[in-house]
Amino acid sequence: MLQVLRERRALRIAGLMAPGGAWLFLFFLIPLLIMAGISFLSRDRLGFPTFPLTLQNYWEIVRDIRFAPSISLEGGLTIRLLEGLYLELFWRSIWLSLLSTLVTLAIAFPVALFMARLPPRYRTLALFLVMIPFWTNFLVRTYALQFMLRSNGPINTLLRTIGLEPIDLLFTPAAVMLGLVYGNLPFMILPLYTSLEKFDWTMIEAANDLGADALRAFHRVMLPLISPGLLAGSILTFVPAIGSYITVELMGGGRTNMIGYAIAQQFSASANWPFGSAMSLLMMIIVTFAAVLYFRSGRGEYRNVI
Amino acid sequence: MSEFAVEMRDVSKVFGDIVAVDHVSMGIRHNEFFALLGPSGCGKTTSLRMIAGFERPTSGEIYIDGRAMGSTPPFQRNVNTVFQSYALFPHMTVEQNISFGLEMKGVSKAEIARRVSEALELVRLPHMAKRYPKQMSGGQQQRVALARALVNRPKVLLLDEPLGALDAKLRKEMQIELKTLQREVGITFIFVTHDQEEALSMSDRIAVFSKGKVLQIGTPLEIYERPTTRFVADFIGETNFLTGKVTYLDGEFAQLATNGGPTFWGRAMPGVRLGVEATLSVRPEKLQLVEQPDGSPNCYEVTVHSIAYVGSDTRVVVMLGENRVDVWEQNTVSTLDPNYFFKPGERAWLTFKPENALVLAG
Repeated sequence: MLQVLRERRALRIAGLMAPGGAWLFLFFLIPLLIMAGISFLSRDRLGFPTFPLTLQNYWEIVRDIRFAPSISLEGGLTIRLLEGLYLELFWRSIWLSLLSTLVTLAIAFPVALFMARLPPRYRTLALFLVMIPFWTNFLVRTYALQFMLRSNGPINTLLRTIGLEPIDLLFTPAAVMLGLVYGNLPFMILPLYTSLEKFDWTMIEAANDLGADALRAFHRVMLPLISPGLLAGSILTFVPAIGSYITVELMGGGRTNMIGYAIAQQFSASANWPFGSAMSLLMMIIVTFAAVLYFRSGRGEYRNVI
Repeated sequence: MSEFAVEMRDVSKVFGDIVAVDHVSMGIRHNEFFALLGPSGCGKTTSLRMIAGFERPTSGEIYIDGRAMGSTPPFQRNVNTVFQSYALFPHMTVEQNISFGLEMKGVSKAEIARRVSEALELVRLPHMAKRYPKQMSGGQQQRVALARALVNRPKVLLLDEPLGALDAKLRKEMQIELKTLQREVGITFIFVTHDQEEALSMSDRIAVFSKGKVLQIGTPLEIYERPTTRFVADFIGETNFLTGKVTYLDGEFAQLATNGGPTFWGRAMPGVRLGVEATLSVRPEKLQLVEQPDGSPNCYEVTVHSIAYVGSDTRVVVMLGENRVDVWEQNTVSTLDPNYFFKPGERAWLTFKPENALVLAG
């Protein structure tokens, strides 16, 4: 009897999983495997993949890394052990994405906190306001942002009007950062808000009552309890940032190159599908590895919250 | 050492245009089990929160162990709170929850381990140290909350309706356990409750709150037997009220002429003067029904309206003119004879001694 019930339960779960599973299989797993396959192929004259099988694409990236210890004072103290075009590309992408995640978090946290502390009837309105930007195409919004930063755009016009020198805003790393933060802000606010809204503020009183000041109450009680939202928001911000293409193109003008943009170029301008596939796969491995590390670091703390 | 563990001197708390606590003064003695009793919204919880330091008084001052608290934050006060919702940290084990306060004070690891296991012993949960709060029953969580507070050896333990979330049977058990615990640890307990029976059975003294004011402070006996206001008489236990005018004063006693006609004698309570409007308050168990007048000055003929047999008592409702009066007769005789009891429509004489009734001003 129990066996039958268990089997029926398994069947029901399988039934519920089927549509989503089929979708993921067809449009995620298969393309991913195709891409993995292409990364081991050579390129033909037009840049399309062709036989024979080769490790050349990966070798290309690894070969480029040289052991070259150096110390420079240019733009702050930099100590390097290795150098290489692709290494720097990967490194810059990770670093900029991490930084954009931190900046996004710093802006999103107070907003989410404010929203969660609103009287319930205003919360829906606040959520609605956060989601409004989604109604406009991301490309259009990025163009609008670009327009703001142009040398003859509103900001520089204002600077000129009050008698200041205009500054180069567009096509700088800062502009890319602005674009990333702007685009990812809602993805940080929403999960954070969800965690903060569920947060029981009596917990802070209990911590205070037991001798913890505000900082320790935050660190020992609030942070672990809102970590699911914090982790979800960080992943949802970091991953799109590292793969971002439109923002890098429109805000950075190709001058601040990031890995997502470099990969896109391999499939268009540079016409080298196998090499682009190899870069994609490497990036996926690095990001997955980083995410797993990140989740594990917080696992013990929030396991019993969810 | 101050006479009081906690003292509130003329404390008020105003939220917007709502006066939550209105010029409250009271002193809670060392090692006392003190209840703040009243209906919801009467200011008892706000008073407790001000003692804990979660709210700051709008005016007045709170002293803990003789020291004015002013704006001292909660984490610097020598008091601990057991919250109504327990507020256990869900991401910590029972052990970690209980250690938290000691860690914050920088107590050594070895000392923490010793005191935590002592606290777990005290609340009879030594085998639950590694559990998480959500893996425990309400009663067990309640005890963890107690241990988490008591392990810090506070001067005063504040309890905000700690038994409110428990079912009736567990509540009774925990009442006894709390009382025993308080004697064992010798710490002042301030206990917020809206349950008068709980307050009566557990407390050394009770402060009865209504609309932000303290109406009366006294032992359970004083509060029940000598309420000084109509509100307290009504809120604590059951009572019959008969309203009228004071027509005669004789030492501790006053005579009240009810609006319906009959006059009664009872103890004159503060504020009772000749000619003022007053209320006679007499508890149902202090009334007797007899077949013949017994010569008491408070003896009148009544009609039995209804009776309810509840085992230990028989609860009779009689009509005294227009007034409905509850009489609880204790069933001191074991009988199966239905004629032993009064029946609806029967005539009887209602009687009580003047010292068992109170004449309250207002």
